[in-house]
Amino acid sequence: MLDLRQYSCLGAALRDALDRFSPHVCLIEADRDREKVRLTYSDFKEIALPLTRALEDAEFDPGDRAAIIMTNQSKWLISAYAIFYAGGVLVPLDYKLTPAEHLQLLAHSKAKLLIVEYYLWRAIMQSPDFHKIGTKFVLVTEAPLGADLAGAFRWEDFKRKGAPDFVMRQREDVACIVYSSGTGGRPKGCVLTHENYLEQCRALTTWYPFWPGVRYLSILPTNHAIDFMVGFIGPFVCGACVVHLRTLRPEFVRDAFVRYRITYVSLVPMIVKNLERGLRAKFDELPSWKRPFLDAMIATNKLLTILRPNVKLSRLLLPGIHRAFGGELLALITGGAFMEPSTMQFFYDLGIPVVNGYGLTEAGTALTLNDLKPFRADTVGKPLPGVELRLLNPDTEGVGEVAVRSKTVMSHYLDDPELTLETIVDGWLLTGDLGRFDGNGHLQLFGRKKNMIVTEGGKNIYPEDIETVFDGLPVKEYCVFAANYIWPKKDPGREMLVLVLRLEQNQSFDSKLLEDVSARNRRLPDFKRVGGYMIWEKDFPRTASMKIKRQVLAEEIGSSVDRSSVVSL
Amino acid sequence: MAPMQTTDKTLDEILTLASVHFKVPREKLFPDDDFFKTLGIDSLQTLDLLTKLENHFGVELPDYELQGVSDFRTLAGKIQARL
Repeated sequence: MLDLRQYSCLGAALRDALDRFSPHVCLIEADRDREKVRLTYSDFKEIALPLTRALEDAEFDPGDRAAIIMTNQSKWLISAYAIFYAGGVLVPLDYKLTPAEHLQLLAHSKAKLLIVEYYLWRAIMQSPDFHKIGTKFVLVTEAPLGADLAGAFRWEDFKRKGAPDFVMRQREDVACIVYSSGTGGRPKGCVLTHENYLEQCRALTTWYPFWPGVRYLSILPTNHAIDFMVGFIGPFVCGACVVHLRTLRPEFVRDAFVRYRITYVSLVPMIVKNLERGLRAKFDELPSWKRPFLDAMIATNKLLTILRPNVKLSRLLLPGIHRAFGGELLALITGGAFMEPSTMQFFYDLGIPVVNGYGLTEAGTALTLNDLKPFRADTVGKPLPGVELRLLNPDTEGVGEVAVRSKTVMSHYLDDPELTLETIVDGWLLTGDLGRFDGNGHLQLFGRKKNMIVTEGGKNIYPEDIETVFDGLPVKEYCVFAANYIWPKKDPGREMLVLVLRLEQNQSFDSKLLEDVSARNRRLPDFKRVGGYMIWEKDFPRTASMKIKRQVLAEEIGSSVDRSSVVSL
Repeated sequence: MAPMQTTDKTLDEILTLASVHFKVPREKLFPDDDFFKTLGIDSLQTLDLLTKLENHFGVELPDYELQGVSDFRTLAGKIQARL
């Protein structure tokens, strides 16, 4: 792999990687069982440079911001490289947001350029706020012939002959603006520097290196910190190959493991649990004479790998299971949300280590990772090299708020000095997560101090951001909270949002109001929905400017009633 | 597939298939139901249902077509458009 200490920016590291690993395959893209793209590092360069030249000719200048709204595919990475080559700042946006949210974040980030897939662009064009779009130019991928693109250019035709100028950036220059969440209320744009990424990549590849021949299956969205690092920067600086799928249907994902003999994959806990369910169902279907044999093999594998994983041995003991995962899988990487220890243990016992970690967008990708020496299902691992962690105000059990100091911590929140000052104090990033170290230096998490939840799919949801859906609800006032914020719980398990309602005098909570609340809730994407509601009998405490004092209200509720007063929706 | 397939018929077939696949009585399923809630399924289980529907109707629905779709009627419209 490249020695990243020698580089001052991602563009330079990637440029050298394309030359150094030129004959190796860097990207495979498949739609269902049809392979659409297979590129070597040399092919990648040949496509990216004419695009870069065209961007430069269109006056995309160093320091300009470019947003990408695309599903995981080759053009995402090619576009990102072109942006870095030209010295631009990348703004990766979540393709699952609504068009209104996309427009809001495009405006907030002040992106000059947008690169977007056709179907997403079509949805943005139909938004009532489309006229407010401030991007200077837009490139649309995969647009059908004759499609109305509202003045946007076709990505596939946007190329110019001639070598583009490579723009060198310094380590402290901004590489990306990544939105950790906050579309409805206060966008939280994490400003991450080239140093943040280079150091994160160096730390991760120290423990989990890639090499030419590794095939990484990219399923988590590339705009997410994990896939951006583990499904783009990491593999590229090591000469590995990234496999993209245009569908996430389970049957095609399973097929891809085998077809492309996948080495690593990152999954959110929801998908890992789904895989576990599928495997358990298959085990249960085995003939009665076979099942004891399988159980014995699993028990043997468990015993022989208790101190260290031994994939070669596990593949011999449990060949059928490993063949179903392609026969070359080294580990499942997971993060972004709480993972049940029993699920991780289930896979480890089959000889498929689950590498669990902990991180947040504000700190690059990962702060801690399980080093498998030995495997621990009950922790989120140890701090990565270069990451300093400490616990603030620990209680009698040693549980305190996790704070981090590291070269991977973001520079600031975009255009929000107040939030930056609250979040980074004396050089330490306050994570809002509660944790404790065990005797072996492993971090264990115990829930959250801040008013937010993380879904099983790895999405951060801030209650303030979803309140707008209840605007106009015929009640006196309302407020949304994370249940664990009202009733602190030392358990990072399943989290939910609660709608607190204060009714008008003499108003009762009737079926019509319930239907109104439910209908509004259904308008939210499933992962953002409120899980229950409760009626509160007092007026909400408010500031002089009439903002709800959320913390005071949460404390009042928490000290008066318990969780059982929440009615499921 | 019969050339005169109507949206109503498509919708009816979707409800029947969902009912069989997730073992929910057919009479409890309605076109405007939020299928996540009515069927008690998560987004991954929905993908399983889509595969069944694709096989039944002989169409291919790209993942992006289904983003944000959560009721049977909209789903029927998406399938109908590809028949």
